[in-house]
Amino acid sequence: MRATIRIQMEDFDIGHESDALTAGSNAGALVNFVGLVRDDHALISLTLEHYPGMTEREIGRHVDEAASRWPLTSVTVIHRVGRLVPGDKIVFVGATSSHRQAAFEATEFLMDYLKTRAPFWKSEERADGMSWAEARASDESAAERWTEKS
Amino acid sequence: MRLLYFAWVRQKIGRGEDEIALPSGVRTVSDLVRILSERGPGYADVFSDPVRLRAARNEEHVGFDAQIADTDEIAFFPPVTGG
Repeated sequence: MRATIRIQMEDFDIGHESDALTAGSNAGALVNFVGLVRDDHALISLTLEHYPGMTEREIGRHVDEAASRWPLTSVTVIHRVGRLVPGDKIVFVGATSSHRQAAFEATEFLMDYLKTRAPFWKSEERADGMSWAEARASDESAAERWTEKS
Repeated sequence: MRLLYFAWVRQKIGRGEDEIALPSGVRTVSDLVRILSERGPGYADVFSDPVRLRAARNEEHVGFDAQIADTDEIAFFPPVTGG
């Protein structure tokens, strides 16, 4: 299985990442998920910070776990940091496999774990100032269903 | 021991990291939280009510009952909000 993990300030190109995932993979299915900055309650910008080192390790462990649970041929996880505005792409998770179900499930699994385990934090800028985004219980329960299933 | 702070933990303390010598008797993350709460006003704000606080030891999530050593890197941060 081929794995690519990148934490970066700059934008990414979905077409380019899709091509890189499928190149030489002999896969029958490619699933991409792209997370975007929502225009939530007049949001001006988001600034994302992370814990360099732990971020890559934590994502790497979950990519390995995804590869042990589903027959994947390639996985890419890209997470942006720094200042982003509504409409910007934040996160890319892509997976290829022989069949679609594995690629769908692995992509969802990785997103659920990124939300609850990967050490990123968002601060939100609005007209009245800056505040830290709160973790959501719904994200926690989304991640928990993967442990119930196994 | 190296301590790292992220998001509002860093903001309230006013710095991103500290280098401290682990006092004797401090064995767990909980013990460390207790001594850090006495380090100053910003620290008191963060560490006196650790319900919303999370920790990592050497880049792995741990509970507050985890054992710590002087060579460890311990990070404190809020629940994560990436993705």
